[in-house]
Amino acid sequence: MSALLDGFFEECGELLESVFEGLSALEADGGDQEAVNAVFRAVHSIKGGAGAFGLEALVAFSHVLENALDAFRSGAAQIGSKEVQLLYEAGDHLSDLVERAARGQVSGGEMPDLHRALEGICGAVDQEEDAGLDFQPLTLDILPLEPEPAAGFDIVFRPHATLFENGHEPALMLRELGELGAIDVVADLSALPTLDAGLAKTPVLGWQIGLESDCHRAQIAEVFEFAEGLCDLEIIARDAEGLKVEDPVTQSDIDRPEVVERAPARETIRVDLARVDRLINIVGELVISEAMLRQAMTEIPVAKYGPIEAAMGQFRQLSGQLQESVLAIRAQPVKGLFQRMSRIVREAAREAGKEARLVTHGSATEVDRTVVERLVDPLTHMIRNAVDHGLEDSDRRQASGKASTGTVTLSAVHRSGRVVIELQDDGGGIDRERVRQIAIDKGLVGESDELSDAEIDNLLFRPGFSTRSEVSNLSGRGVGMDVVKSEIQALGGRVSIHSEFGVGTTVTISLPLTLAVMEGMVVETAGEILVVPTTALRETFKASNAPLHALGAGGHVLNRRDGLVPVFDLGSALGFRTAPGEYGDHSLLLVETEAGRRVAFAVDRIRDQREVVIKGLQQNYQEIPGVAAATILGDGRIALIVDADQLAEPAVRGGAELYGGAGYVQ
Amino acid sequence: MTAKQILAVDDSRTMRNMLKQTLGEAGYEVSLAEDGVDGVERLRDLTPDLVITDINMPRMDGFRFIEEVRGLGRLRGVPILVLTTESDQALRNRARAAGATGWIVKPFDDGNLISAIRKVTVG
Repeated sequence: MSALLDGFFEECGELLESVFEGLSALEADGGDQEAVNAVFRAVHSIKGGAGAFGLEALVAFSHVLENALDAFRSGAAQIGSKEVQLLYEAGDHLSDLVERAARGQVSGGEMPDLHRALEGICGAVDQEEDAGLDFQPLTLDILPLEPEPAAGFDIVFRPHATLFENGHEPALMLRELGELGAIDVVADLSALPTLDAGLAKTPVLGWQIGLESDCHRAQIAEVFEFAEGLCDLEIIARDAEGLKVEDPVTQSDIDRPEVVERAPARETIRVDLARVDRLINIVGELVISEAMLRQAMTEIPVAKYGPIEAAMGQFRQLSGQLQESVLAIRAQPVKGLFQRMSRIVREAAREAGKEARLVTHGSATEVDRTVVERLVDPLTHMIRNAVDHGLEDSDRRQASGKASTGTVTLSAVHRSGRVVIELQDDGGGIDRERVRQIAIDKGLVGESDELSDAEIDNLLFRPGFSTRSEVSNLSGRGVGMDVVKSEIQALGGRVSIHSEFGVGTTVTISLPLTLAVMEGMVVETAGEILVVPTTALRETFKASNAPLHALGAGGHVLNRRDGLVPVFDLGSALGFRTAPGEYGDHSLLLVETEAGRRVAFAVDRIRDQREVVIKGLQQNYQEIPGVAAATILGDGRIALIVDADQLAEPAVRGGAELYGGAGYVQ
Repeated sequence: MTAKQILAVDDSRTMRNMLKQTLGEAGYEVSLAEDGVDGVERLRDLTPDLVITDINMPRMDGFRFIEEVRGLGRLRGVPILVLTTESDQALRNRARAAGATGWIVKPFDDGNLISAIRKVTVG
């Protein structure tokens, strides 16, 4: 039963997705009949399942919602923007109830106002509906029980053609009657045509049944429950006055339902995520061993363009394709994530007393499942921020000639092997003077610091920054944009903010498509091989050609057109060696952090740039400041993947010196 | 004796799972379809002893599906049970007009499911 229940909640998630998908279609076009149908069906399915598991709160609410939707569906009630909003609220509440039920909370969380509002929709039409309803009371159901059990019954049963057309078998009914008591069946052959009259077109047989039983009439009626209206039936209690059962009206004048065509659903199978991850791991290993093989081949003489080389080329191509296909299994569209955000916008707007709507683009864009899951929190926070801090209230918006409802736009697009998610609001934009002043007050920047617009905007991501003097109920929930940023970075992503005063603010998140592989620059330093993620990398050059200036004791800066960039020795930052006093043959990697801070790392040699399979260290070892993960290179050696952002932070570099010379990584 | 075959048509995965489990435990061999179109498709190479169908389904609903089944000469006499909620008298009437044999009241349990089946199948 528990597996069935789990399956139900899983299906509920999908059904709720359909609900919100339909609602956003209705938002665009209130007359979209197919959208109403789709929402109705989804709610109906939730109700059905909930009923099967006895989840009464869920049944009760989905029933009311279903009725309201039915009123819209039948055209008895009209859908306007107010109704769509109500349905959104209902959808949100339905999600809550599903969640509560999944947590095992059977009751609580009712919203009587919403209940009533929905009932208002169908209540307004109930009377008209009833009048037109093709409702035939079931005669057999309302028969009173016999005051005293009778000694027996005489039953006359004569099937109509429709009884047979509907797949009934009279013998089955006789059998069931026989279970009630001793029966005596006489076939009525009086209507049987004579041989020369040809074959009968209509049923000609009837039965007279004597039943010795002290059962109730209702029990006999139940035997013929399905046959009601498809036969002549008389049940006469013996030794008592019997009631003759009326001939029910045949149901021929009923409209055919409209068939709604829909694109066939894509065929899917359900696979345990752990199996997929195992597969991805194995393929990752395969890619590595392919690289090892390729490396080994460089050391043995192989005929150029020969069969071995050709086969190797094919192997490489296939393993690449295999990896891509396997990763695609974990990919899922951001649609569900975006739909959740639409609720956040509505709630945040309600709480802040503003008018706001969410517009989404590219919700079919696919990203790794884990990425999607881990985007929920940061995105929620950003959306709340956008509504709470970004959008102005209606009065202010109208005063500046904007629509009174603010728009938050969420879009996703694939761009050069990454997925870019953009969150845009058409609010007032960042008040840079205020941001700057707050940053100065909080000691994040100096009074005399010259800051570019971009640098000021990115101050929002600094820990301990909050622009509202009073902590607002909405965005001030103990997390700031700095947490958002670190969460995005933990996913291998970048986040940046761009704002135009009076016009709005755009936050851009760029994420890898998968967490399993990444593009990296393989470098050598202090006898170690390290990988620097190319996402942080801006430029590389030889130290001998670079305009380096000595600064203080052993320090260096790089003179760039747009300012001086500090130079650090990567090997010593990680504790492999003490920094060399001079950078002669070294290579320099210019790295830019998410905060816009630039640092040049000196390494002994740059090897090449390639895709590496990420192997987490946290599980196997522990978290190491300055090291993001590890990878296995083609020759089987393990290389650490550098966390350039962390290393560029003075605090971490200072900390790294604790390792100085200890050689904690051998 | 071979097990009786039942084709169960419902667009809700939960319902399909429940039908499959309950009927399977009762000794029936169960085939599943997701909607009317799928059901008609399944019936191309399947001659079940009983069909159970939901009403409200995408692409082809239960009423149309029943008519389609009755239209197939081979299955003209097959018993068809519809799944309805208790209050759906109008739906029952429509289903019967389309050719349904009987109904199973939702939410169903082993008891009412099996007794409805016993009412319309031989054996």
